[in-house]
Amino acid sequence: MIRIFSILVGLFFAAALTWSLFWDTLQLSKDGLPKSAAHEFGKAHELKPLKLSSDGPFGKFDQAQLQRGFAVYKEVCATCHSLGLVSYRSLAALGYNEAEIKAVAGKATVNALDPLSGEMKDRPGQPADKFPPVIYAGTGHPPDLSLITKARHGGAAYIYSLLTGYETNQPAELLKKFPDSKTGAGMYYNPYFANLNIAMPPPLASDGLVTYSDGTPATKDQMAKDVSAFLVWTAQPELDQRHQTGWWWVLFLTFATTLGYMAYRNIWAGTKH
Amino acid sequence: MSFPWSKEYTPSSPAMVWLDEKLPLPRLVYGAVGAGYEVPRNLNYMWNFGFLAGFCLIIQIVTGVVLSMHYGADTSVAFNSTEHIMRDVNWGWMLRYGHANGAAAFFAVIYMHIFRGFYFGSYKAPREMIWLLGVTIFLLMMATAFMGYVLPWGQMSYWAAQVITGLFGAIPLIGEPLKEWLLGGFAPGNATLNRFFSLHFLLPFVILGVVILHIWALHIPGSSNPTGVEVKSESDTVPFHPYYTGKDGWTVGLFLIIYSLFVFFMPNALGHPDNYIPANPMQTPAHIVPEWYFWPFYAILRSFTQNFLIFDAKLLGVMAMFSAILIWFFLPWLDKSPVRSARYRPLYRKFFWALVVDVLILGYLGGAPAEQPYVLISQIATIYYFLHFLVIVPIVSSIERPDPLPFSITESVLGNDSAATLQAASATPPAAG
Repeated sequence: MIRIFSILVGLFFAAALTWSLFWDTLQLSKDGLPKSAAHEFGKAHELKPLKLSSDGPFGKFDQAQLQRGFAVYKEVCATCHSLGLVSYRSLAALGYNEAEIKAVAGKATVNALDPLSGEMKDRPGQPADKFPPVIYAGTGHPPDLSLITKARHGGAAYIYSLLTGYETNQPAELLKKFPDSKTGAGMYYNPYFANLNIAMPPPLASDGLVTYSDGTPATKDQMAKDVSAFLVWTAQPELDQRHQTGWWWVLFLTFATTLGYMAYRNIWAGTKH
Repeated sequence: MSFPWSKEYTPSSPAMVWLDEKLPLPRLVYGAVGAGYEVPRNLNYMWNFGFLAGFCLIIQIVTGVVLSMHYGADTSVAFNSTEHIMRDVNWGWMLRYGHANGAAAFFAVIYMHIFRGFYFGSYKAPREMIWLLGVTIFLLMMATAFMGYVLPWGQMSYWAAQVITGLFGAIPLIGEPLKEWLLGGFAPGNATLNRFFSLHFLLPFVILGVVILHIWALHIPGSSNPTGVEVKSESDTVPFHPYYTGKDGWTVGLFLIIYSLFVFFMPNALGHPDNYIPANPMQTPAHIVPEWYFWPFYAILRSFTQNFLIFDAKLLGVMAMFSAILIWFFLPWLDKSPVRSARYRPLYRKFFWALVVDVLILGYLGGAPAEQPYVLISQIATIYYFLHFLVIVPIVSSIERPDPLPFSITESVLGNDSAATLQAASATPPAAG
């Protein structure tokens, strides 16, 4: 009885699905496979290769590069993008000493409760503060950058590709096939961006936007690389500790598991199974 | 307390005699996972996943309890408190990555455990109750994992809550009020987050309770084995301790190595980047997808695109998605073949592997965007999924001619049962010390 009932239920689901399948096939034969400008002209799946010292299981941050990336963030990105999850004190991981951190924080204005008056007041930043919010008045919604390399497919390589991937002219074929994707006023064509047109003007438009204190030439490509590396750090400041701990832990586990395996072989020796 | 299956416990020291009289805890351990539990000697490595699943539950409870000490279940702080754990709590990143990847590991292990059951007919009499409790555990796990995913209050968290509670809205008449009742509002909000946190903390302990019942029910008939032939004599078994404590012990190490490679070296490989964007009710993500362990069921949900008879397409999808698991409850009665193990069921074995491939395809499609040609393929794969359990298994079990079974476990291991008495000596544990 239960088997007859089950076969009927099975055939019901199969019939309902065949019905969906029939209409969808009909629809597909009329419309063909879905097409979009991003599908055909987007480069989100062919990002530019980016090699960073933090890559891979043995990866470790390159402090000099992080400092350069921080400079790019401060001089360029910070105009529009906040970094709200990062606190000034954590800049110690980039190799800055206490005085340097105090100086960096002190340049920022933080709106905080004044204990004397009991009112919110502006005061200079302190190492314990997080990077303050950025008030942005233009079009678009510049996202907070703290987690950006974890919040986008492709991570740092995506940021690097996006920053260096602006194109002045859209492909003629794109305009012919998808006239709706024409770059509008105040927008910029960037095939690495999800819908190809982005509101952010090319931020690294020319060389030398920052002066690196270590003398590295600040080419557009170098700045894009450095800031991508810096944003890996802001998203996963624990990376160095994680990799280091991981290796000791896995090494210990391998040792313990080998002992466990030998004990297992010893126990079962002589017992066929 | 002792189990009918296990050997009688005799305390060996006065202290144990004393304790055993007052509280028979040593008796319980001896009979459940000690030398008193007689287990078939021929278990293969597929039988390790039950122990590993229990181990995963412990990892989740331990990391989860500590995480909850630092987490704030309020929509205004949830996302940032998760990042506070990642950045400012000592070893917080390890707890959080360990917990998130621990959920994935738990499901990976549980799927191996369930498919072991499908292949070796572990659900068949007299072990139906173990199977029913197991499916219950799986359902509780799915609910727990879903609610846990909502807690960081990222984009995927928010929209997962929206989509899953929206499923209840498809139920005729009571759907909308039911959905609002579940959410505590018209859309996921503070009330939702708070109740999900509360339930996410509670359910693992409910799971733990059902796990205890699952193991209790196992100790009534004793463990099954790859031949599916019941234990006939002492020579068929070895004591759980030290034989299987030893085997489970080293595989826990192996499991921990693989799990740790994820936690320490690719902690975000299995997650979706969008969940690192704070929840935004005003902006729907381009593709809403659950975590990988729900993909097969998500593909089933999305494969119903047309209304059929009096049924709305969305309602059909919801019915099918829940049925996809609920039909497992009936499996012991749908499969009437007296032979348990697929080793001796040539026809069923072919369909079993077809099911494995089918579920892998469904898994891939569940993670793909809801567009053609993925939808067409998932419709075909879903048809096979339901036909397998509801039509093929009942029919195959009545028309199939199974291969001859070995006389006993001992015979299948040694090739000859007359050696049973000889081998029985070696099946006793080595003397202590």
